[in-house]
Amino acid sequence: MMTTLLATTAIEKSFARTQALRGVSLDIADGETVAITGPSGAGKSTLMHCLAGIVRPEAGAVTYDGRRLDDMGEDARTRLRRREFGLVLQFGQLVPELTAEQNVALPLLLERHSRSEARNAARTWLDRLGVGEVADAVPGELSGGEAQRVAVARALVTGPRVIFTDEPTGSLDTVAGEQVLDVLFGAAGERSATVVLVTHDNRVAAHADREVVLVDGKAETDPVVAA
Amino acid sequence: MSVSQALLGILARGPAHGYDLKQEHDERFPGSKTLAFGQVYSTLSRLQRDGFVEVAEVASGSGPEKTVYAITDDGRRHLADWLNQTEPAGPYPADELVRKTVTALYVGADAADFLSRQRSAHFARMRELVADQTEQHEPAARIALDHAIAHLDADLTWLETAAARVSTAGEVK
Repeated sequence: MMTTLLATTAIEKSFARTQALRGVSLDIADGETVAITGPSGAGKSTLMHCLAGIVRPEAGAVTYDGRRLDDMGEDARTRLRRREFGLVLQFGQLVPELTAEQNVALPLLLERHSRSEARNAARTWLDRLGVGEVADAVPGELSGGEAQRVAVARALVTGPRVIFTDEPTGSLDTVAGEQVLDVLFGAAGERSATVVLVTHDNRVAAHADREVVLVDGKAETDPVVAA
Repeated sequence: MSVSQALLGILARGPAHGYDLKQEHDERFPGSKTLAFGQVYSTLSRLQRDGFVEVAEVASGSGPEKTVYAITDDGRRHLADWLNQTEPAGPYPADELVRKTVTALYVGADAADFLSRQRSAHFARMRELVADQTEQHEPAARIALDHAIAHLDADLTWLETAAARVSTAGEVK
């Protein structure tokens, strides 16, 4: 029996006059990879943001590793996100003034690792993702595929227990997108990290062990966990 | 019918018997229906009649006789011609999924339920193909998988659109 790492219980969240989540309950096992899918506006990203402690739900509970995430103070949640979570968004969201290497080293520097340690780890990850050559380039000089791989490197450099990703291949062509997914799922698999993936693309969703379909703010989850 | 040419393409690498041809075909074309043995042998006999393959050897051991087939020079020319031609872009025969859904709507059957179950079946297949793709690094195999995945993805998109239309519009009267 797998242990639950992340869970939501009947969470609700509204924005202005739209109710994004209408009572979503979901259990994610340690090491499981889950795709959250559904039509536009179904609440996919909001659910992921609640799971990652970025957004607090108005009702219901979010737990991570047995702790209530929605009740935690801002500082504690920030620490948790930095240490245990890695985040990859659609357009990389790199810091434009920093080089690829500095972007990847940043999470380690924020966690008070030494400069040389952070730099070496960043180099290692950039090389592993096949973007070692662009380590000194700034995001404006990178192609979409390169920027996304740098973003994956930045998410993985701290060795997160959970990787959250929202449309990680959104702006990429099929082959570049596959490379990003191969690396993301490969690295997650090696360390048995949990992956929570938001996507509207069935090809991307099919990489995950399980699919949770959100329709109108409710989870119509296929409860079957793939073997 | 491209099964003939697909089999010629396998024989172009070396003589083989029917069982090997079936296995190799099914492996090369994961998006196609698997070949029945009967179809393999009827295709081989047609190819033999047309002079594209010949019997290279009849191996008899303790088990049943095994006929080993080889491609002829005419067969190689025929294969090269086929590879040189583009295929028509359509029209294709109406798809089984379309026939079933449209018929369900006309007779008032539960199309939404069918579409939802069908999407699950398609998605499960997508998961299998994506897993195969992750393991596969040979360009030829990967290209065949790409094609199967792209078509499956188109079907999935169609199933989702159909489900959305059925839920907004209800049944056709």
